[in-house]
Amino acid sequence: MLYFSRTKIITVILISIIFSFFTLSNFTKFDDNLFNKKINLGLDLQGGSYLLLEIDNDPVVVKDLQNKATLLKNYFKEKKIKLLNLKVSDEKIISFNVDSNDVENTNKFLEDKEEGINPYYEKFKTYQYDIVLEGNKFELKLSKYGLVLLKNSSLDQAIEIVRRRVDEIGTNEPNILKRGNDRILVELPGLDDPMRIKNLLGKTANLAFRFVSKSSEETFGNELLEFDENPDDYEDPVFVSKRIIMSGENLLDAQPRMDSETNQTVVTFTLDRVGAKRFGKATTTGIGKQLAIVLDGKIISAPVIQDAIVSGSGQITGGFTFQTATDLALLLRSGALPAPMNIIEERTVGPDLGEDSIKAGLMALLIGFSLVITFMLAKYKIFGLIANTALILNLLLLIGILTLFEATLTLPGIAGIILTVGMAVDANVLIFERIKEEKLNEKNQVIAFDTGYNKSKTAVLDANITTLIAAVILFFLGSGPIKGFSVTLGVGIFTTLFSVYFIARLLTSLYLMKNKNKENLI
Amino acid sequence: MIKNKIQFNKYYKFFNLLSSVLVVISLCLLIFKGLNFGVDFKGGTLIELRANDKQITISSLRSAFSNMNLGDVAIKKFGKDSDYLIKFEKKGNTKTLIQDIKNNLTKTLGSGYEFRRVENVGPKVSAELLKGGLIAIAAALGAMLFYIWIRFEWQFSIGAILALFHDVILTIGVFSLFSLEINLSIVAAILTIVGYSMNDTVVIFDRVRENLKKFMDIKIFELTNISINETLSRTIITSATTLLALLSIFIFGGEILKGFSLAMILGVVFGTYSSIYIANPVLVYLKVSYKTVIKEDK
Repeated sequence: MLYFSRTKIITVILISIIFSFFTLSNFTKFDDNLFNKKINLGLDLQGGSYLLLEIDNDPVVVKDLQNKATLLKNYFKEKKIKLLNLKVSDEKIISFNVDSNDVENTNKFLEDKEEGINPYYEKFKTYQYDIVLEGNKFELKLSKYGLVLLKNSSLDQAIEIVRRRVDEIGTNEPNILKRGNDRILVELPGLDDPMRIKNLLGKTANLAFRFVSKSSEETFGNELLEFDENPDDYEDPVFVSKRIIMSGENLLDAQPRMDSETNQTVVTFTLDRVGAKRFGKATTTGIGKQLAIVLDGKIISAPVIQDAIVSGSGQITGGFTFQTATDLALLLRSGALPAPMNIIEERTVGPDLGEDSIKAGLMALLIGFSLVITFMLAKYKIFGLIANTALILNLLLLIGILTLFEATLTLPGIAGIILTVGMAVDANVLIFERIKEEKLNEKNQVIAFDTGYNKSKTAVLDANITTLIAAVILFFLGSGPIKGFSVTLGVGIFTTLFSVYFIARLLTSLYLMKNKNKENLI
Repeated sequence: MIKNKIQFNKYYKFFNLLSSVLVVISLCLLIFKGLNFGVDFKGGTLIELRANDKQITISSLRSAFSNMNLGDVAIKKFGKDSDYLIKFEKKGNTKTLIQDIKNNLTKTLGSGYEFRRVENVGPKVSAELLKGGLIAIAAALGAMLFYIWIRFEWQFSIGAILALFHDVILTIGVFSLFSLEINLSIVAAILTIVGYSMNDTVVIFDRVRENLKKFMDIKIFELTNISINETLSRTIITSATTLLALLSIFIFGGEILKGFSLAMILGVVFGTYSSIYIANPVLVYLKVSYKTVIKEDK
């Protein structure tokens, strides 16, 4: 147990030096890229905002069902089958009746894997829609995987839009991740007031240009819409036609601008070809009519059309401040979310609290470390020194490894390091106490040390494995800062075992060989 | 053999009784008083506010918040004199909630304050976090059970697991008694306690098993005492260094880590005690002998 070959000694020293270098690289700047790594600070230490968004997928599902219903109607029309009572119910079921002679045929088309009217997913062994047939009544419901795929595609779209919006604001190093199949996690380091971003992410940004309807007999139907909150000049809700002349999809660009004539802040927009054509036609035929600009179901403004606009660009007025105009332009540029999103969790830490936490954490580490070191020195003298050397290298290794993998350090993570310091000496204590016991029955010191190391091995391993189990479970089931704790605690176990069985044991064996003949070494 | 031997085994019955009473009291507290769940598990909003203006006091904050229609608002000092922790359970529109509160506060108290920390957890997320926390603790207990089951004989497993439950229940009991807040970091602390308690028990059990093979003629009652004494100095030193580290987190680590380090300190104390007075007596009650361990070796 006590013999070390030369190569082993060199390896141990090399490993210690390399990781100490990584630890150092947190405090100095190396030109070399390899060493220029740093531990990431968690949001609780550097300050910042953590937002968890959840997509409300109901509208997406309803829209998908409505599209499907139209598709079915056209598809079966071609096949000369008439769908009666075709409707989408509130329970998210498409239902229709067919003539009893057509039942078999209809079913055949719906179950045909090649036809594509009801796509079959080979991977999941399921159709997009589950079919229930009662007499001559068909009921189509999204299958489990059909729903999952739909949610995933809406999540993919949403995350793209969220990314664009966050990037446009220009925060540093935002972190945007999927969570499950309807959530998006947004981490914004350094942001201490997430108000603006919350506002921007909370908007679907569905833009539509629709005529204000004078007569109640509008072909497409109409609905009563309120004006966007504007406390200065309140306007009564008006009826707006359901027909959409042009939507946000047709926008190429949008920018805030100061209108030099009216001295108002406006949002100017440029349309694509299709949009320009539609807008031109609507403004040509609709001179004198009121055109409502509707965002997420609320009217921003409803100007009267003065001239035909065929240039493909225009402007929106609405009593904006420069800030609100900038944000509206940003929303229009980045596009509409497929569905509304809710912020279901928010955690924001101000930068000075983060700084205070780092200070407190380091202070606790320093004091805890000094206390443990003094205690060990007082208890074991020269072997206390050996254990302490191992402990210091243990700490350097631990921080070095965290740096190498650019792990994220959180406040509980610092607590994990301090706890590691307290528990790391346990292994050496177990060994030293065992050696003391062995010496009671064994005259030869070298043998006593050797058996001490051997016999304490199972206890040391057991003790560390139990802590490791707790750390691993925390890692997989914990969230946020707690994960940081489990990482330092878990990595700490490995560095502890290394420092005890290589560093401390090496030092012990070197010391023992020099002082073989002294009595009562420990 | 060991000098200055302490007769731990003389008090097995007394401490078992004491522990049983404490566990029952803790369980009663849990059932009748319940736990003070934080925002993480109950949902709602937490604001850490620092007042830079001496005019802002706990009573002026109370009256300012009581006019905001947020339901039950709890306000208390947090560490430094000028720091306050404000909690309420109001659910609903989170998009403008914080901004509205800020506007309202500035109107009544001026701008001599800042929000140092804001946490807002929706009801769905808090329910998930609570479920996740419980699953994590259950998984940790299960994993320990499994580990000890493959490492030791079933009598040992029962002793270790009883000690484990004892430590966790008493720790949570203390949190219930003093209405201390249970949040995510407390779950992390409990899991670490589970690891520590197991660690401490296993070291003594390791020695018991070794001694069972060595002294076949000594009764388990006496044998546990020998094993406890042999490992006693290690038990004391490790508890001491761990407690030193934890105390420095508790005292110097800032307000946020207070609950976390307190839970761990309690856990270490209970864990050390239970390794001696719960885990070992169970071996005696289950009549463990050298036959128990020899069988396994075959």
